[in-house]
Amino acid sequence: MLNAAEIWSPIRLTLELATCSTLLLMLLGTPVAWWLARSNVRWKEVIAAVVALPLVLPPTVLGFYLLIALGPGGPGGWLAGLAGGRSLAFSFEGIVLGSVVYSFPFVVQPIRNAFEAFGDRPLEAAATLGATPWDAFWTVAMPLARPGLVTGAVLGFAHTIGEFGVVLMIGGSIPGETRVLSIAIYEYVETLQWAQAHALAGGLLVFSFGVILSMMLLQRRSRRARTR
Amino acid sequence: MTKPDVIEARFAGSLGEFDLDVAFRAPMRGITAIFGPSGCGKTTILRCVAGLRHLSGALRVGDQVWQDDSERVFRKPYHRSVGYVFQEASLFPHLSVRRNLLYGAQRRGQAQARPVLGFDDVVDLLGMAGMVERAPGDLSGGERQRVAIGRALLSQPRLLLMDEPLAGLDQGAKEEILPYLEVLHERLSVPILYVSHDIREVARLADTMIVLSGGKSVCSGSIHEVLERMDLDLGDDLYETGVVLRARVADQDAALRVTRLDHHGQEIVIPAADFRPGDEVRLRIRARDVALATARPESISVRNIFSGTVERVVEDPETAFAEVLVGIGGGRLRARVTREAVEDLALDVGTPVFALVKSITFDRPAPGVSRSIRKASESLLS
Repeated sequence: MLNAAEIWSPIRLTLELATCSTLLLMLLGTPVAWWLARSNVRWKEVIAAVVALPLVLPPTVLGFYLLIALGPGGPGGWLAGLAGGRSLAFSFEGIVLGSVVYSFPFVVQPIRNAFEAFGDRPLEAAATLGATPWDAFWTVAMPLARPGLVTGAVLGFAHTIGEFGVVLMIGGSIPGETRVLSIAIYEYVETLQWAQAHALAGGLLVFSFGVILSMMLLQRRSRRARTR
Repeated sequence: MTKPDVIEARFAGSLGEFDLDVAFRAPMRGITAIFGPSGCGKTTILRCVAGLRHLSGALRVGDQVWQDDSERVFRKPYHRSVGYVFQEASLFPHLSVRRNLLYGAQRRGQAQARPVLGFDDVVDLLGMAGMVERAPGDLSGGERQRVAIGRALLSQPRLLLMDEPLAGLDQGAKEEILPYLEVLHERLSVPILYVSHDIREVARLADTMIVLSGGKSVCSGSIHEVLERMDLDLGDDLYETGVVLRARVADQDAALRVTRLDHHGQEIVIPAADFRPGDEVRLRIRARDVALATARPESISVRNIFSGTVERVVEDPETAFAEVLVGIGGGRLRARVTREAVEDLALDVGTPVFALVKSITFDRPAPGVSRSIRKASESLLS
């Protein structure tokens, strides 16, 4: 029997998680991408490598370190202490932070590429027209990087939705708190509840296809606009 | 010691392959060409003036100090009142032509109580009325460059910098833009630093010229003085060597369809052009279009014959040719003749000669849109 409340709870939670994570990812990822694209310091590729680390690191390894960091003995525990809690592990806030770290490279890379693609010239032109760097960033750099920003946001959102390993390590499976879609699917399969597993997995399949397709169409459109 | 009406610049630094070390003065009016072969540091100088690059040195523009390393002064580009026209138009692709044009005006133009140049004036001056609502991507190369010039002008600059604004364009687009540059020159008081490696452009537009070679300024002065100097290698385009003269319109001959000009008492005839008596006309005469004779030729179809005196002869032992500088009272002509001719005619300093000019290039006022838009016209009047 399909229980609607039971099915919808992980979907709503996952959408909440992805929305919060994407907002944080864009807020943190854009300045980091800007710095990586524009800075001339020699050790910037070291920072770029740290940012890219989650691409190759097994989610369980990342999840393990995050668990320690978020726990009572880590900075996450100290942060939770400010709000009267004991730990950020096994909480919604905890999996948001985990997702942000894990999806960071997927957001930073396309935005950095977009910032690098248009080069120095538009910003120089803006400067000679009296625009301060802050002004030029908002009126020239951000609009020109829009396709990269959209790609970054979509990738960050989609990647967070499919998150499994890190959430399992640091969030467990608390219904309504950390029991996200992929965890729910895993548990349905483990407990042989095929109908529920089908409903969620099929939904994710359609969603993922839609994301990839719309991104490809978007990229083609922006490429055509650029060559015109 | 600094005069308020000059630009004084001094920049030094390493550019990788060579060292730049220049010092120059340019008047705060008219077009000053910075001329030299590709890769001699011209663009770097312009970038230093705009503040896009910081080489050690000093820069004064009129009464303002924009850079003085001894006083630790370096104004950021957005605090310098410059307009910069890049080789590629570099318009903002996400903004319409109108919003491109207004970008600088909104940030700097409004600072002045009454802008010197209004939006409509600039649109009219550069013939952009039909483009304003379009996207930069829909414009031709020449149109884009006009918008770039208009955008720079609308920021009400004290100084306009142009970095080979025609180099990226085909011949047709160049011919489309040059008349507009001449109009700017005529109608606006904004001084222009104009970087170019094309002597034809420089001869057509500039009042003052700074010649650069290998990161050093070789010489500078009025366009007349510099073009008359025969010790300078102004690029490899030998065929374009020549001088610039200014003559006044004396009268129009409606029957014969010619315009007569006066150059310090000597008459010059060009095909009829829509000038008014008293107008000043800028003429360009190439050395290869000037022949010399020691006696006034009779029964000859060439109309423009100047009497003058040889001031200098430079023979090129590597080739068959020599160049002769002829003073014609109030100006000089350069003539490219064979060394054999120099010997036969016994041309030497002081020899009285007649210079036969086969071709003169001048800017013709064109009827139509704007009376002052001019088209270059080469006259082969025989």
